[in-house]
Amino acid sequence: MTDLLNQILTGLSIASILLLVSLGLAIIYGAMGVINLAHGDFLMLGAYAVWLMESVFGLGFLPCLILVFFIVGAVGWLVERTLIRHLYGRPLDTILATWGVGIILQQGIRLGAGAQLRYVKMPDYLVSPIHVFGVDISAYRVLIFAVTIILVAITYLLIFRTGFGIRLRAVMQNAEIARCFGINNARIYSLTFAYGAGLAGLAGALVSPLKSVSPDMGTNYVVDAFLVVVSGGVQSLFGTVASAGIIGEMSGGFAYLWNDTLARALLFFLVVVLIRFRPQGLFAMQLRRG
Amino acid sequence: MHVNRRSLVKSALGLGVVGAAGFPHIWIKSADRAYAAGGDIKVGVLYSLTGTTAIIETSLNHATLMAIDEINAAGGVNGRKLVPVVEDPESDPATFAQKARKLVLSDRCVSVFGSYTSASRKAVLPVFEKYNNLYWYPTLYEGRECSQNVIYTGAVPNQQQKEFIPWLVKNFGKRFYLIGSNYIYPKEENNVCKILLKQLGGEVVGEEYVPLGHSEFSSVIQKFQDTKPNVIFSTVVGDSVVALHRQYKAAGLDPAKMPMASLTTSEEEIAAMGGEFAAGHFTSAPYFMSYDSPENHKFVEAYQKRWGAGKVTNFVSEPAYFQVHLFAKAASKLGASDLHPAEIRKAAWGETFQAPEGLVKIDGDNSHTYLWPKIGEAQVNGQFKIIQQSAEWVKPLPYWAYQGEVCTPTGMMEKKS
Repeated sequence: MTDLLNQILTGLSIASILLLVSLGLAIIYGAMGVINLAHGDFLMLGAYAVWLMESVFGLGFLPCLILVFFIVGAVGWLVERTLIRHLYGRPLDTILATWGVGIILQQGIRLGAGAQLRYVKMPDYLVSPIHVFGVDISAYRVLIFAVTIILVAITYLLIFRTGFGIRLRAVMQNAEIARCFGINNARIYSLTFAYGAGLAGLAGALVSPLKSVSPDMGTNYVVDAFLVVVSGGVQSLFGTVASAGIIGEMSGGFAYLWNDTLARALLFFLVVVLIRFRPQGLFAMQLRRG
Repeated sequence: MHVNRRSLVKSALGLGVVGAAGFPHIWIKSADRAYAAGGDIKVGVLYSLTGTTAIIETSLNHATLMAIDEINAAGGVNGRKLVPVVEDPESDPATFAQKARKLVLSDRCVSVFGSYTSASRKAVLPVFEKYNNLYWYPTLYEGRECSQNVIYTGAVPNQQQKEFIPWLVKNFGKRFYLIGSNYIYPKEENNVCKILLKQLGGEVVGEEYVPLGHSEFSSVIQKFQDTKPNVIFSTVVGDSVVALHRQYKAAGLDPAKMPMASLTTSEEEIAAMGGEFAAGHFTSAPYFMSYDSPENHKFVEAYQKRWGAGKVTNFVSEPAYFQVHLFAKAASKLGASDLHPAEIRKAAWGETFQAPEGLVKIDGDNSHTYLWPKIGEAQVNGQFKIIQQSAEWVKPLPYWAYQGEVCTPTGMMEKKS
């Protein structure tokens, strides 16, 4: 019984990290249709921002998280204003351009902060595990889980319960008609992109004390994020949440039964099969693209 | 004497043949002059300064250049200065091969110091074997290689494990979980570990390889919790080392009961994960920065003075440093006319040097190096406390795990049945 519980919790923990790293991408890819290959590097930027603020300015971890959201969000806003906005409706060019942005960010960090692994401190009160239902779980992973749920809730409210959300959904459904109703598309796009980038930065900051911080850390996460978003169904927040849950539990289960190398290969295989038979993903919404 | 055109051509040809066959030293002499051009001796320095492994390889480049400066300051090799030719192979095996060819052919270096990964060493081997030059390789590696054109100064599995495994069994118990990154090095090390465990009556309760760069260890840690091994034997490398240690501690595992015993965790990785996550775990290596010897104090002090106060030395940069001194000692036994790679290799056999880790010697049978294995316990301050060190230097046995296979001075591996 505790074994099963342990396994479910392990899966949930993997799932929450997956959801955390793919949420920003779900917004940018889902809402705007921009295939953002720099997503992993926004994440990396978030990890470096927290490292810089901790080690140079001596800020605490939690205040850093809030600042990181705005810093990386600002970088995202800048990238959208100067580059992405000229490429709407040209998906192939966007892929190339965002990939280029990713390389620039990576090499910029390499030049500025050096190529070595960087140390982000885990807050002392989160290092020890906590007991839940007779099993030990990492307090830090519980924090990640909680923050992820909060972020999903905020994102949901933002899209479905605010004026900004109504305008965003209008632009998603039909950009031309939305403009006829006086909605400033350009502004909606910039803010959405900035929000997605900010989420990516926050994700990077949150995983950095548990994993490692290096200039090329984003590469692995961007693959995970696309895996989750594509199999969940583009434009579906619920789909992203559900597919992060399924992929997390499956990869935890496979890794437990066999090993991580095989788990990863098997997961990719299953996603390829899924996309072959259900290209729109598991939980696709029917929306027209503007 | 009647000279016609035909006999003139004949005799000229004859002279030419005599010249080429009868007086070969003419040609060799010119080659010698090239190896000690202008009285200086050119050596290649082939470590990546950019790319994936740039961090660690830059420290090897630094250690090498520092040793060259020391040798030159002390009068060089029989009065001739060592001139380093530095190339950046960009962490890419193909570029390694290309730069190696340049160092050997166009710069005419008499030896090249280089490589961190086995992949890059394998990539340059054909170059050194084809042109019969000499490559000096400082990294600990999986063994099972025996090239005529390489001097290996890093540890092979028997040197890191022969005392480590019995020590772990004695102090913690017989149940081992083997965890490594998914490539050749961890698999070969684990082969050796399994043989030693069998001899000691130990048991492998799990063996697992994670993808390179893997950072999600929750499933692995759950298996640790399920199987409850006495020792986790880790050959995980790179970023994954950091993630594994952090998640181990965050999951509430205790190094006092289930320590990780590593062959790959050095001061560099500990700096990146934070000392509190490494404390209580063990590493076996011939060198630790904290080792107390006059040579090591001098080495660390000189290194930090030259390259920056916060810099750490580690078990790869130390061999990168002492192998240059071994090269210089071997080369100084040779006259100017004998200075070429094959002669240096012969002169290097049996050569010794008082290195930071202790007195080291190049083995005449297999061109690997006698080293001083030590067991270190990681401390909160990021350094290792040395718990035990071998009573004598340990002979390198690159084919230890493979019965009937040995390395011989001709460089070939022989099957003795």
